[in-house]
Amino acid sequence: MNKKPIIQVENLTTRYGDTTILENVSFRVSRGEIFMLLGASGCGKSTLLKHLNGLLRPSSGRIIVNGTDITAADEETMRDIQRTIGVLFQADALFSSMTIFENIALPLYEYTDLTRGMIDRIVKMKLALVNLPGHENHMPAELSGGMRKRAALARAMALDPLLLFFDEPWAGLDPVTAAELDILIRSINTAMGTTMVIVTQELASIFSLAQRVIMLDKSVRGIIAQGDPAELKEHSQDIRVVNYFNRKATGGDEGGL
Amino acid sequence: MTPGLSLIYILYCKPQTPSLFGEIMKAPPVKKKEYSLRVEDREPGDVTLFVSGRIALDDLNDFTSDARSILQNKPLKKLMVDIAGVNYLDSAGTLALFQLEEEQTARSASVTFHGVTDEAKGILNLLDKKAHHIPPLVPERKPPNILEQMGEATRLLLNDFFEVLSFVGELILALISSLRRPRSMRWNDVLYYMKRAGVDGLPIVGLISILMGLIMAFMSSLQFKQFGANIYVASLVAIAMVKELGPIMTAILVAGRSGSAFAAEIGTMIVNDEVNALKAMGFEPIQFLAVPKLLATIIVVPLLTLYADLFAILGGLVVGVVGLDLTAYSYIQQTREGIAVFDIVASLVKSSVFAGLIAGIGCQRGFQVHEGAESVGTFTTSAVVSAIFLIIVADSAFAIILHYVR
Repeated sequence: MNKKPIIQVENLTTRYGDTTILENVSFRVSRGEIFMLLGASGCGKSTLLKHLNGLLRPSSGRIIVNGTDITAADEETMRDIQRTIGVLFQADALFSSMTIFENIALPLYEYTDLTRGMIDRIVKMKLALVNLPGHENHMPAELSGGMRKRAALARAMALDPLLLFFDEPWAGLDPVTAAELDILIRSINTAMGTTMVIVTQELASIFSLAQRVIMLDKSVRGIIAQGDPAELKEHSQDIRVVNYFNRKATGGDEGGL
Repeated sequence: MTPGLSLIYILYCKPQTPSLFGEIMKAPPVKKKEYSLRVEDREPGDVTLFVSGRIALDDLNDFTSDARSILQNKPLKKLMVDIAGVNYLDSAGTLALFQLEEEQTARSASVTFHGVTDEAKGILNLLDKKAHHIPPLVPERKPPNILEQMGEATRLLLNDFFEVLSFVGELILALISSLRRPRSMRWNDVLYYMKRAGVDGLPIVGLISILMGLIMAFMSSLQFKQFGANIYVASLVAIAMVKELGPIMTAILVAGRSGSAFAAEIGTMIVNDEVNALKAMGFEPIQFLAVPKLLATIIVVPLLTLYADLFAILGGLVVGVVGLDLTAYSYIQQTREGIAVFDIVASLVKSSVFAGLIAGIGCQRGFQVHEGAESVGTFTTSAVVSAIFLIIVADSAFAIILHYVR
């Protein structure tokens, strides 16, 4: 990948008290790629993702997002950066007291001076994009899990972000809905050039979508492999990587559960 | 955000702003336009609009109005929109192009796009230009009219009454069954909630009671002094605290501290499916969650009440000794004469009943939570308000009953 990086992580280290979660992690995400963070439960994937959008600050190291070092950014700069990042949380995180329209329109009202009519059009367009046309007056509780996830994706995309972060987007979805989400993610990435950073364990989606992955492991508190997932599956010498991609138990007590 | 809310946001959320009014009065910065529009007439009625630069969410308003005004006075039959010079187009920019097409089509012009790059083609195809014509599947929720609201409120009130009644029944049954089989009681939980509702509440109950004792003694001493009846300050503080204020104040504090916590805890467990998990494992949620809280509260609230009484008397004693030249001995003696054992026992019985109400209504409101963070908030508030209301109602009943019992 010789494209310009949109995210650069340099020697990132995170500690909670005496426990080191990540140590000296460095990698780059290129503009417009679908990039996935893999690894067994508890290896620090979600923590890493939270660092990338500024929800957590690292103990040391630098994270450069779209040219700005977010580890040194003040609140206002951070707000500007966060505006360019859409996040889809694992538990959809739709505001349960608001309708779907209000959920998606919230960032538009906050960050732009668009008229109600224009916001209405944008929301309807986003809902059609995620295949939920006509659902603007529904409450989140009235939608199924897959629909809620898509509505949350529409909200994450409300401000046309440069980057979309997904935390386990396929968790709890049936195979058909998961495949539909794959198609949606791919078409958004292709048509709009949005860079996607996805934390996942879903092997099928990893192989069908990811252009590049990094795999984290608890034992080294960092990256044990990176590259194209199909190539890693075929050629990696690391037993942890091979076991992961072949869905094989390690036999030790360091298993995923 | 509405202007009112924006103002509140500026006033409350940006305290670090050096000049508030500077912030409010400052004109918004003039944004440099990152796109340009140029019109070329090929023939009368046949116009090409060249669009170049960046069309994104921030430019949506400007782009739409600029395009509208530039084409406004032209007689149009054919409009060719050349977007070859556009170097950035996102979904909002695409929407602006769709809107331009729709507006000019409405003026009976035929609109075509030219110079569409592969990237632009991708996004133009991805988005549905007719999306805003799709009607909502359910109509917008409008607040019901006053009659409907009254009807709904009455229905909810009646429902609530029956729910509380049936919960009380279940709770009493669960309590009896737990007491008959003490091994089934979760004693560790009982101890834990005794600590949470009782021990952890000692500082605040003590502080408030001593202050109440001080205030009552001080205010009454101003009057009593005029008649040389200083010594009766002790009786007033003792009688008022032990008979009425001690149980009520303690109960209100426990309702605020623990009743709300019980409701929020059980409510959040419901939202997280933990209560369903208990049911699925064959546990009875009321017995598992509510009974230990109820028992713990019934044990600690009377003790807290005694403690509150003592601290209030101590507060009164300070005023008596420092401000009224009474001796500590005579103050305590007068206090002892003012209250009888019956009063103390009645106050303990009263506070046990209050405790039952607080824990009962706290747990019941918790179990009423259906889903969502908002529901937890609503029922937590309701737990405190209902508990305080019931405490006052029960206290009125006690006032009458104790009058006749004595």
